[in-house]
Amino acid sequence: MNKSPALKDTIILSGFLAVKEIWRNRGRFLMVALVIALITLLVLFIAALGEGLGNGNREYLSKLNAELVAFQAKSDFLIAASRLERGRLSAIRRVDGVQDAGMVGTSSVNLILPGDEPVLKVALLGVEPGHTGEPRILEGSQLSTDLADEVIIDRNTALQSGLQIGDVTQIRVTQGTRDEFYNLRVVGITDGQQYALQPAMFTPFFTWDKVRPKSEAEVNGAEAVGNVILVKLMQGADAEAVTNRLTAQVKNTDFATVEQTIQALPGYSAQQSTLNTQGAFTLFIGVLVIGGFFQIQVLQKVPQIGVLKAIGAPNRVVAVASVIQIVVITVIGVVIGGLLAFLFSLTFPPTVPIVFNGTTSLIAIAALLLIGPIGGLVSIRYAVKIEPLKALGLSS
Amino acid sequence: MNNTKHTYALQTDAVQKIYQSDFGTIRAVDGVSLTVQSGEFVALVGPSGSGKTTMLSILAALLAPTSGQVLLDGDDLSAMSDKDRVSLRREKIGFTFQANNLVPYLNALENVELMLRLNNRLDKAGKMRAEELLARLGLGERLYNLPGQMSGGQQQRVAIARALIHNPSLVLADEPTASLDTERAYQVVKTFAGLIHEQNRAGIMVTHDLRMCEYVDRVLLMQDGQLTRVIDDEKEIQDFAKGIDE
Repeated sequence: MNKSPALKDTIILSGFLAVKEIWRNRGRFLMVALVIALITLLVLFIAALGEGLGNGNREYLSKLNAELVAFQAKSDFLIAASRLERGRLSAIRRVDGVQDAGMVGTSSVNLILPGDEPVLKVALLGVEPGHTGEPRILEGSQLSTDLADEVIIDRNTALQSGLQIGDVTQIRVTQGTRDEFYNLRVVGITDGQQYALQPAMFTPFFTWDKVRPKSEAEVNGAEAVGNVILVKLMQGADAEAVTNRLTAQVKNTDFATVEQTIQALPGYSAQQSTLNTQGAFTLFIGVLVIGGFFQIQVLQKVPQIGVLKAIGAPNRVVAVASVIQIVVITVIGVVIGGLLAFLFSLTFPPTVPIVFNGTTSLIAIAALLLIGPIGGLVSIRYAVKIEPLKALGLSS
Repeated sequence: MNNTKHTYALQTDAVQKIYQSDFGTIRAVDGVSLTVQSGEFVALVGPSGSGKTTMLSILAALLAPTSGQVLLDGDDLSAMSDKDRVSLRREKIGFTFQANNLVPYLNALENVELMLRLNNRLDKAGKMRAEELLARLGLGERLYNLPGQMSGGQQQRVAIARALIHNPSLVLADEPTASLDTERAYQVVKTFAGLIHEQNRAGIMVTHDLRMCEYVDRVLLMQDGQLTRVIDDEKEIQDFAKGIDE
């Protein structure tokens, strides 16, 4: 007597049965594929929203050409809570292994737009021209001097304000008890560099110190104070060793990696974990929905599977056919959902914080492709356990 | 023993199937010994609960007997592993069932070809044979119809073609006429009997409709799990089928 069919034959036979069943019941299977497509759409959007919100918070930091961030001691790595005077910048630059360091000051200002347009809230960051922290421009030129009334605007600011290179823009800030207006000339446009969920503008550090919002006490302060200092290490330098040297040589300063700084951004971790939980729950619901559908389908097919087994179809043919069916339907659903997500994303204005990042989307898609087989496991197990005696209306 | 073994396509010896239930021991099949030759079409009849479907399940290698021996082409079914039994059903047995006979998402031709696919024997010649067989069964115009698009009689005929296409040693039919009107029932059984004789298979039909015995070579009567009577005289069979005997 012949042994069971070889794996290749099993797959061919199972594939034949699975595809025929799908094709001849395409309406029903398409419905399930569409449910999977909707789950895919939801998961991809949650992932994109998470990425978009996260990106809005960390975009500038994650694109930095720096490894370490220096904070005022005991500021809990909170950029807004840290105050560093310029003296510390030269101390850091002197430490062995440090290639460059740049002071960064952060603030939020109102950008006055022409006509009746409402003001645009932007993050105004003071950076050192020519040093780490100043973003690379895509068009126009870099900042010229420490005191120039110039700004580089990021792509988001450009899109939302309509500003172009050469335009002079006006910002409104509160200094002490008075509203002050300053004119700044746009010299360059950089890629997306959002900070604190706001579009960003970059101005030379001393200009920033002049135009930033200030308290009454700061208005009369003589020394320019920034928030953090970005540290770029020499190529091949041992980050840990340099950090140790920095900590030893620069007093009252804490050093964090860029990633630690991002994680410490206010609300960042909580926001990301909330969205990740939502994504995970959506996937879980997907597992239940797909599992439920295939389980009901198997229950309806008990006599039919019984006949197949009675006439000599081995269990693995039945199991592999179920797996192929689940995989095909899941793939179709995920492809439709992916295309829908892509089409929807094209209709979203740039102000909506949705970012379809390759890695995040791929992880979401991989998870979605797994939920089908996971959801279908119970039904496959059930199908395998159906006795061929069912074909005769009997059971053992 | 060996010589006797090969004389019959199917031979059973004191087959028993005993179930334990809350109400005590149930002897569904109780010491049945029978033989069927190649080219012989046998009816297994009896009232409900007589054990004929259980006996058919044992002959079909779907159920292992509690004791006794079942030999198909000399191979002992009761000593086989589950895996070997699956192979045996695929290669040496053809089935038609009372209901849900066909795979609903395969058309008539694909349903018949399925037996060849399962045995990895689907080639051009096999496809032609399947088409010819269906045409002989009057389904030449229905090759590409799904079961849902065919009548009960047509579906049974497709099932008969599926049961025979892979040249099995034994063909088993469980109430093949249960869902058919009298005229179609006669037609189906007549065709079935004709093909079994022509192709020299051993055929067993379980039926409660005694009229269908008109086309068989032998009638085995079961009652309370036991084989109570064997009718092999042609005239007696005809009388039995017409109800004169009873």
